[in-house]
Amino acid sequence: MVPGAEILIKCLEREGVEVIFGYPGGAALDIFDALQESSQIRNVLVRHEQGAAHAASGYARAKGTVGVCLATSGPGATNLVTGIATAYMDSIPIVAITGQVPTGMVGTDAFQEVDITGITDPITKHNYLVKDVRDIPRIVKEAFYIASSGRPGPVLIDIPKNISASKAEYQEYGELELRGYKPNLTGHNGQVKQVSRLIQKAKHPLICAGGGVISAGAAEELFELAEKSQIPVANTLMGLGSFPLDHPLALGVLGTYGLASANFAVHSCDVLIALGMRFDDRVTSSTEKFAPNARIIHIDIDAAEVGKNVRVDYPLVGDLKIVLNQINERVKEMQHPEWLEEIRQIKNKYPKRINRPESEVINTGEVMEYLNEYLPGNSIVTTDVGQHQMWAAQQLIFKNPRSFISSGGLGTMGYGIPAAVGAQVACPAATVVAITGDGSFQMGMSELGTALEQDLPLKILILNNQCLGMVKQLQDHYCEGRHVAVHFQKNPDFQHLARAYGALTLRVADRTELAQKVREFAEHPGLAVLEVIISSKDNVYPMVLTGSGINEMVGLG
Amino acid sequence: MRHTLAVLVENQPGVLSHVSGLFSRRGYNIESLVVSETEDHTVSRITLVVEGDEQVIEQVTKQLNKQVEVIKVNDITNEEIVERQLLLLKVSADPADRQEIMQIVDIFRCRIVDIGRRSLVVEATGDEKKIQAIIKSLRPFGIQELVCTGSVAMLRGQK
Repeated sequence: MVPGAEILIKCLEREGVEVIFGYPGGAALDIFDALQESSQIRNVLVRHEQGAAHAASGYARAKGTVGVCLATSGPGATNLVTGIATAYMDSIPIVAITGQVPTGMVGTDAFQEVDITGITDPITKHNYLVKDVRDIPRIVKEAFYIASSGRPGPVLIDIPKNISASKAEYQEYGELELRGYKPNLTGHNGQVKQVSRLIQKAKHPLICAGGGVISAGAAEELFELAEKSQIPVANTLMGLGSFPLDHPLALGVLGTYGLASANFAVHSCDVLIALGMRFDDRVTSSTEKFAPNARIIHIDIDAAEVGKNVRVDYPLVGDLKIVLNQINERVKEMQHPEWLEEIRQIKNKYPKRINRPESEVINTGEVMEYLNEYLPGNSIVTTDVGQHQMWAAQQLIFKNPRSFISSGGLGTMGYGIPAAVGAQVACPAATVVAITGDGSFQMGMSELGTALEQDLPLKILILNNQCLGMVKQLQDHYCEGRHVAVHFQKNPDFQHLARAYGALTLRVADRTELAQKVREFAEHPGLAVLEVIISSKDNVYPMVLTGSGINEMVGLG
Repeated sequence: MRHTLAVLVENQPGVLSHVSGLFSRRGYNIESLVVSETEDHTVSRITLVVEGDEQVIEQVTKQLNKQVEVIKVNDITNEEIVERQLLLLKVSADPADRQEIMQIVDIFRCRIVDIGRRSLVVEATGDEKKIQAIIKSLRPFGIQELVCTGSVAMLRGQK
């Protein structure tokens, strides 16, 4: 007979867990006690539970396996909530484990009690309150299976203190029986035929690749389809990295802050092949004006996404890796010289870098250009949320899946640094760069402590414009330029702050020093913080205003 | 349009709140909801009456199917079904009115299940239309209290 906590750890080991991002507390005492005994699993002690959830998400996204976070009951659990919601919106597989007050006290408003299964019901794929220690093996096995299969997502397991303390025989759980959960993997044959025929006939086809391509591990299959059929590829924010952006067929990111080439291509295409994306409003802007000339093929593992936001002419539900293989078997080689020429012309007309060498102030385009130059090929970039995120998405040249980690759906400021912690733990050999702003940095900077303690050589780039630039930009456009609560009157000295965490600190305000500083930053073997002073007047362009079609951009320049 | 959905779910605590939470957060309207055990004690059946156009009902069905505990969703609106609600209605009944009320009760084949000094409690089962007709007929006498279940429904057997 062993305590429930030990059974839990054994089950996690069986699932192949190597790292937990956790923060202890009263109701989780037994779990941490048992965790210490594990030779397979190490705990990365974070500085705030939200950081634990984001780190688990960054870990999952960098590594392609389930990320695990652990917190105590009450505030520990509620601090996970934003991280769980972030993972839910971006379909990231994480398992969140929380302590809970003993079953006898559940419902009594006990100290540090909160109904976390109730709270996370809308933001988890599934969740469990464990009521019997003997259920732990089944629940853990189900949780990992549900989190990682089908459309991935977070699963939460809430374990009351008396359950983790009470003893039972450890017995491995056999075959799962989830009669209500059977993801569709193979595409319907008739639909595959139809879709393949339509792709073959298209004159102006366009692929729109989302995060699903990455989570399905289908980047190679996408590459094959695009090359063989000579179909240009646009990416959603979540899909960046699924197709190499230095490829002639690559159009880059589309949407409300998308590149002109991608947005115009969506407007002119006659067949839109949407892969593993969900037509988020930041992708489509006005849905009535989205891809008006196109018949839309939507391939996704989640049937509920098909037809949810836009009308879909050809739905196809299944795992993208399998379905794209089915399609690749049928589609023959093609050429679309006129269409590709049209796209080339748009690309030439609207180059993505807005360079202003006459200005004294450093332009963010230059910063991104130097990052493209000096970051090694195995780099992973995480971002926070705001203008810096969009600049990174527009201008960095991502070539590999899992190389861009950003909060797309929920738009969570404070994500970048803890996600970078997770990514670096997952990929110790990679150069992990967190691109952030002076606003977002201050939401996630507590995890610098984790980076310090774990000796993580993170590279943190702060684009400092002394304001909350994206909100300011919205106020420019929607509040007639009235700036409210966006300009920081006083910011801390980021150099001092970073130095306190043992980081190499670099600051650049002068364009002539930029290249050298970015290089020094990229090549530094340890934790480094580079602060680049940029103008508070800069905005992200092109931009699509609310109600417009994505071809109706402002600031095309 | 109104749709009747028969939803088979795992008979576990929390399932009902998952299902009803799904409706409220996605903005779907539940007209009525009945949950009960079935012939299989591990399975519960939720009969839902939902108002919405085809697109809404399609989303409702898909979102329900996504729930791990939902085993099967059947839209039985256009099927041959037997549908029943149960009504209990306390109607004011002065001695002068009793005869007339009892006639109405007879016509609709309902039952009087309690007699008070100034009231009668009427029990009725039937589909939505019949229940509404009964309520309408008894309203002039003064309804003191009314309670009605949602619909339960079942496919008719093969002929």
